[in-house]
Amino acid sequence: MSTHRIKVTVNGAAHDAEVESRLLLVHLLRENLRLTGTHIGCDTTHCGACTVLLDGTPVKSCTVLAVQADGREVMTVEGLEKDGKLDPIQEGFWEEHGLQCGYCTPGMMMTSFALLKTNANPSEGDIRQAISGNLCRCTGYVNIVKSVQSAAAKARG
Amino acid sequence: MAPQTTFEVGGMGHSIKRKEDPRFIRGKGNYVDDIQLPGMLHMDIVRSPYAHAKILAIRTEKALKVPGVLAVITGATLEKYKLHWMPTLMSDTQMVLPTDRVMYQAQEVAAVIATDRYTAADGVAAVEVDYEPLPVVIDPFKALEPGAPVLRTDKPGKKDNHIFHWEVGDRKATEKAAAEADVVVRQNMYIPRIHVASIETCGCIADFDRARGKLTVYMTTQAPHAIRTVFALVAGHVGLSEEKIRIVSPDIGGGFGGKVPVYPGYVIAVAASVVIGKPIKWVEDRMENLQADSFARDYHMDVELSAKKDGTMTGLRIKTLADHGYADAAANPSKFPAGLFSICTGSYDIPNAFCEVDGVYTNKPPGGIAYRCSFRVTEAVHAIERITDRLAQELKMDPAALRMKNFIAPEKFPYKSALGWEYDSGNYPAALRKAMDMIGYEALRKEQAEKRKRGELMGIGISSFTEIVGAGPSKHFDILGIKMFDSCEIRIHPTGKAIARFGTKSQGQGHETTYAQIIAEELGIPAAHVEIEEGDTDTAPYGLGTYASRSTPTAGAAGAMAARKIREKAKKIAAYLLEVSEADLVWETGKFFVKGAPQKSKTIQEIAFAAYTNHPQGMEAGLEAVNYYDPPNLTFPFGSYICVVDIDRGTGEIKIRRFVAVDDCGNIINPMIVDGQIHGGLSMGMAPALLEEISYDENGNIQGGSFMDYLVPTSMETPNWETGKTVTPSPHHPFGAKGVGESATVGAPPAIVNAAVDALSHLGVTHIEIPMTPQKVWAILKEKGVAE
Repeated sequence: MSTHRIKVTVNGAAHDAEVESRLLLVHLLRENLRLTGTHIGCDTTHCGACTVLLDGTPVKSCTVLAVQADGREVMTVEGLEKDGKLDPIQEGFWEEHGLQCGYCTPGMMMTSFALLKTNANPSEGDIRQAISGNLCRCTGYVNIVKSVQSAAAKARG
Repeated sequence: MAPQTTFEVGGMGHSIKRKEDPRFIRGKGNYVDDIQLPGMLHMDIVRSPYAHAKILAIRTEKALKVPGVLAVITGATLEKYKLHWMPTLMSDTQMVLPTDRVMYQAQEVAAVIATDRYTAADGVAAVEVDYEPLPVVIDPFKALEPGAPVLRTDKPGKKDNHIFHWEVGDRKATEKAAAEADVVVRQNMYIPRIHVASIETCGCIADFDRARGKLTVYMTTQAPHAIRTVFALVAGHVGLSEEKIRIVSPDIGGGFGGKVPVYPGYVIAVAASVVIGKPIKWVEDRMENLQADSFARDYHMDVELSAKKDGTMTGLRIKTLADHGYADAAANPSKFPAGLFSICTGSYDIPNAFCEVDGVYTNKPPGGIAYRCSFRVTEAVHAIERITDRLAQELKMDPAALRMKNFIAPEKFPYKSALGWEYDSGNYPAALRKAMDMIGYEALRKEQAEKRKRGELMGIGISSFTEIVGAGPSKHFDILGIKMFDSCEIRIHPTGKAIARFGTKSQGQGHETTYAQIIAEELGIPAAHVEIEEGDTDTAPYGLGTYASRSTPTAGAAGAMAARKIREKAKKIAAYLLEVSEADLVWETGKFFVKGAPQKSKTIQEIAFAAYTNHPQGMEAGLEAVNYYDPPNLTFPFGSYICVVDIDRGTGEIKIRRFVAVDDCGNIINPMIVDGQIHGGLSMGMAPALLEEISYDENGNIQGGSFMDYLVPTSMETPNWETGKTVTPSPHHPFGAKGVGESATVGAPPAIVNAAVDALSHLGVTHIEIPMTPQKVWAILKEKGVAE
């Protein structure tokens, strides 16, 4: 198995890593960098628990090879809080009860965070469409929609 | 009920924000796969491609040559330690690893231990197994036919595939009621095999410390204490003693019943760690989870309801064939092989009832566990709520009016059902009336009539369910002999803060918040200052765990009772501090004051401090208590759900336009969390009604073994659930609560089916089997000549 030297910026910090070509980005994050907030929920790219941002775009990190992230910027759930202040999306999920077991939550928040960067005032339909690739078994999505709406309102000020 | 405490104290009835969320929203939860131990090895599993086959050979040489592969464990390895079979919770047996035969597709065949998970997978690919396929038994009806291949040849003298027969009620009286009835409706219903598919799969890290002789297992379990005892009983003969076993259930990414059983993977990991002396991590992938873990449902029901022509129900008979796969590995209380299926008379005052269930072996994964449901209640509710609509259709009565006519009247509680349950409390007409008002029932019926004239397909469906949860009273309820109590231990610290530990284990239900609120209510210590712990068997008191909506009815009750014990001692200390007799003291949230002199008082915080610094001579220091709560009865939450659907004549798609859920779970701890539970439960009720099914082809190949084919609802199919409440407290529960986690999963499916059938009833449609996929519905539309 060949290995590759890659440079990846994760949540603003530069990392060098020697990785097997087959190593998945999610395993680079979880096992090599010990950023375990990004979860794994399936093996067919359906559940979205592993969603992270790659150069600002949500990707399912179980279907991205670590080498594909070479020279790029990754943002994970651990990067949402800035200087001890929660991101509005985190506050929204907490205040509107947008999570229960917490397992899909990091992926769900990353997808929603990316949505709000391109659409500051999303409709319920926009939100449902955006998170349609993120499965949640606990909440029935009702409060996730409210969480994203609440975050959007807060971010707009 | 208006809250009795301030929002700052956060007792019962306050929607305080969840205490567990700050770690989850930061990505700092601690799930099993997040744990890394020094020197930890990884395990992966070789699985059978056949549903039934003889194993001729397992060759491990190539796997062992893969750099980083350290061991391959087979049934032969485990047989040396007599660990190749294990008991199930239903006193059946199942293989840990096979020595000669596989019984279902995806069954564990061997396990590879390696330095990392990629290498373990390489090792799995390199293990060679020779199989000789055997005849496959998939259809449970054919499994019972004479001449069917006998699957459990491991059982001496076993000559068929029958597991158990269970019956309850009065057969003769029910037959007589049918014979004398004006109308009898009868319907076959199949409740398909489905899977809980929690977003976190199952897994563990088994860590045997040779120097201390102690086994620690971090595992995805809803019932850590029971698991510890099972491990001690199963592996006692190889030297594992219960005090040397510690089960830790860390954060759990959804359970829904799927994390109650002991799966072979756990046991293999434990055996491997004991033999190798290093921590072994095993985490299944999604396909393994869907294909090999315990399934739910798989009930073939024949339901018959008798009535007078005015709609009065007179008798209910249900005959069921239960497909259990190759082992009865359900997780029911011991005395209830069909769980609490006998709640099937539902919300109605039916004088005669009889039901019987036969369990059957087939070449499918073992199980019969719950899917967010208290032991087969979903199947029972589907039967009664569907057949009630069949009766309404037969009699041309409005389904709401028929229900109102047959409801157990509010003044009849406590009510003894024909099948032996004592319903604690209920007000069924109030819940249905409220749901009808919320959705605008009468206006919807008018709209439907108009739409029918235009050829549009719109239906309204009702489900007025009664749940049975909170197992259970020790007289009848045990698992492997262990009574189904639950527990709480509270310690009040000198500064008036508290820690409380429980025998249950949250998987998303929010126990760290709701349990703190119970203690806040009872003692007046703010919920913010009550730390809740569960899931570590070395520290928490023994309990049977979280499933069957039992946490609030049992452990929650234990929390209140333990807090009341603390209040008793606090009263003695307060009397000492205030120099009055106990009889002169009055409790008001958070403090005792002297009767007639409210300015003379001691807060719980002052009393706590005194318990460690200035306690009465002769009294034990400290302020703590433990309670093991044995509920006097089960609790019976209920509700009425109304669903409105529109059916697309071009695609057969059923679109849920509105869904109103009125629930009554007694007194509510945290309204926000209760609504969240109901939203989630409704979604898991909609899932099997419209989307989810695991089926098998004639060779036993699983259909629906990945998220490609097993359709868990997304945000697109899930409607915006509307909720409402009525409150009828449980008379026997310490704070009048009933439990709520599963009501919606149980109550929702028949509301959706009834709505779909209602949309097509004018075409002569009387029943649709679940899941009501567009393909299935479109075929009906085509047959009836209305497909576009």
